[in-house]
Amino acid sequence: MSATLLPAIKNRPHDRFIGMLRGVMSRPSGAIGLSLVVLHLALAIFSPLIVPYDYREISAALMLNGPSFEHWFGTDHLGRDIFTRTLLGGREAILVTGIATPIAVVWGGFIGIFFGLVGGRIDEFMMRIVDAFLSLPWILKMLVLIVTFGTGIGVLVPTLAFFYGIPVIRIARAATHDVVARDFVSAAKARGHGRITIIRRELLPNVLDTLMVEGAMRWSWMLLAFSSLSFLGFGVSPPTPDWGLMIADARGFMSFAPGGVLAPVIFLSSLIIGINLTADSLAKTLGIDRIQQAPA
Amino acid sequence: MLRMLLRRLTLGLITVVLVSIIIFAGVEILPGDACTAFLEREAQGKLLENCRRDLGLNRSAVERYIDWASGAVVGDLGVSANGQKSIAELVGNRMKNSLLLAFCALSVGVPLAIFLGVVTALWRDKPIDLFFSTAAIFAMTIPEFVSATVLILVFSVWLGWLPGIVLTSANAPAAEFFPEIILPVIVVAMVMTAHILRMVRTSVIDVLASDYVRMATLKGVPYWQIVFRHVLPNALLPAINVVALTIAWLLGGVVVIEVVFNYPGLGRMMIDSISDRDLPVVQAIALILATIYVTVNLTADLLTMIANPRLRTHHMRK
Repeated sequence: MSATLLPAIKNRPHDRFIGMLRGVMSRPSGAIGLSLVVLHLALAIFSPLIVPYDYREISAALMLNGPSFEHWFGTDHLGRDIFTRTLLGGREAILVTGIATPIAVVWGGFIGIFFGLVGGRIDEFMMRIVDAFLSLPWILKMLVLIVTFGTGIGVLVPTLAFFYGIPVIRIARAATHDVVARDFVSAAKARGHGRITIIRRELLPNVLDTLMVEGAMRWSWMLLAFSSLSFLGFGVSPPTPDWGLMIADARGFMSFAPGGVLAPVIFLSSLIIGINLTADSLAKTLGIDRIQQAPA
Repeated sequence: MLRMLLRRLTLGLITVVLVSIIIFAGVEILPGDACTAFLEREAQGKLLENCRRDLGLNRSAVERYIDWASGAVVGDLGVSANGQKSIAELVGNRMKNSLLLAFCALSVGVPLAIFLGVVTALWRDKPIDLFFSTAAIFAMTIPEFVSATVLILVFSVWLGWLPGIVLTSANAPAAEFFPEIILPVIVVAMVMTAHILRMVRTSVIDVLASDYVRMATLKGVPYWQIVFRHVLPNALLPAINVVALTIAWLLGGVVVIEVVFNYPGLGRMMIDSISDRDLPVVQAIALILATIYVTVNLTADLLTMIANPRLRTHHMRK
C-alpha cells in the first residue's frame, strides 16, 4: 500500500515521468524495447539526411542486385537502393499512427471515463454499441472507408483514430468503475463537485496509468494495421517507400533476391516488438496486470 | 441460473441487432449504392432509375432495412450486385473453407498452447519459460503477413518442403486442400498459440500463488497431485474465453493470411467484394462475422458459467 501512496505525495509530472522511465529501463526487456523505439523515432526524423541515394532513383542496370559495397542491402526490382528505402520506409507509418494514437486514446478515454462515471442504463447501452463495433473485423471497417474516401493521410488518421478509440472506451470504463466505488469519489460528489471536475481531479489521475499502457498497445496494433493495409495495396501509394508495400513488392522476387523482403521485415518487426516490450515493462512498472487481447 | 442465461442471451441478441443497424447505416451513409457500383460510368438518368427500381433501392431506408434484416434471419442474404448471384450460395463455399482452416489451426493450436502455457508457468523464469514466452511475444506482435512471408521464404523457397501458395479452387472438397493448407495453418496457429499460451501461463501462475495451493503444499500433498487436482482445473477455465475470442478472430481477422496464401476463404472474399464495391456481399459477410463473434463469445461465457459454479452468482451480476 505504501508503494502506491508514496508517489502520490510528490506527484509532479516531471518526477513521475523520470520514475516511469527508470522503471522501464531497469528491466532488460524494457531497456531493449525502449532503445528500439527511440532508435526508430530518431531514424524517422533524421533518415532523409543520412540516406545514401534518392529513394525514387530507378536504374535498369541495377535490377535485383545482391548486397554490394555500394548497395548494402542490394537493389529492388526497379533498381532502387533497398537500404535507402528501408531507412525511409517507416516514416509514413510512424507519422500517421503517431498522430492517430493520441487522438484515439484521448477520445476513447474521455468517453469511457464519462460513461463509467454516469453508469446505469445509458452506460450499459453504450457498451452494447462498443461490443457491436468490436464484433466487426478491423480490416472490414477500415477498408470500406478507405475504398470510399481514398488512402491519403487525411483519411487514414481519422479512420485509425476512430476505430482504435473504441476498444479504449471499454478499458477506460472498466478502470473508472474500479475507481468510482472508492470513498474519495463519493466525497467529491458529496462536496457537490460537477462531473467534469470529478473526472479531472479524481478519476483521470487514477485512470491515466491504464490509459498510457493502453495507448502504447494501441500504437503497436495501429502500426500492424497500417502496414497490413499497405501490404494489401490500400495504404501508402508508390513510389513512397513503406515497409508493408516493400514486402508486397519484393515477395515475387524473393526466391533469388531475398534481401528486398528481409530488410523491411526486420525493420518493421523490430519497431513493433520494441513498442510491445516497452508497453509490457511500463505495465509492470505501473503495476497494471494487463491481459493481452486479440487484436480488435 | 436461468435468469442469468436469459439475460446473457438477450444482451447478445441486442448486440447483433445493433451490429446489423451499424452495418446497414454505414453502407447507407457512404456515397454510392449497389446500382452506381454495378453501372459504373453509365450510372445516370433513366438507367440508374430503372436499376434502383429493380433492386428496390427507391424505397425508404427503414423499409429496406426491415426487408434485409428479416431476410437474413431466415438465411436469405439477397443477391450480389454484379453477378446477381445468391449471396448465401457464394458465401457458403468460402465459409466451409474458412471453417476448415479454423478447425485445423484450432486442433493444432489449442492443445499446444495449453501444454506450453502450463509448462512455462510451472517452470517460471527458467530457460524454457524465457524461450517460449519470448517466442510468444514475437509470434503475437509480428504482423501476420510478415511471418507468412518469412515462412514461405524458408519452407517453400529455400527448403522446398511445402507449397507456398494455394491453387485449389474454392469449391473443391476439403481433402484437396492438403498439403497446400499446411503453411497457412502454421501461421494462424502460431498467432493463436501465442495468445492462449500467455493467458494460460498468467492464469496458472495466479492459481499457484493462491491460498488453497499453499494450504495443500503445507499439508504435504505431492506436487503433481496439486498441479493436476487443484491448479489445472481452476487455471484452465479462463482459457475458454480466450479461445472464443481467437475463434472469432480466426474467421474474420485472417484476411491478410488468406490473401498472402491465396486461400479461398471468407476473408479474401470480403476484400474482393470491398474492392469491387459489391455492397450487398460486404453487408452479408459483415453480418455473418459479427453474429459468429457474438455467438462464440456467448457460448464461452455460458460454458465458463456451467464449468465454474462460483461464477453463477453475484460475480456475473456486475
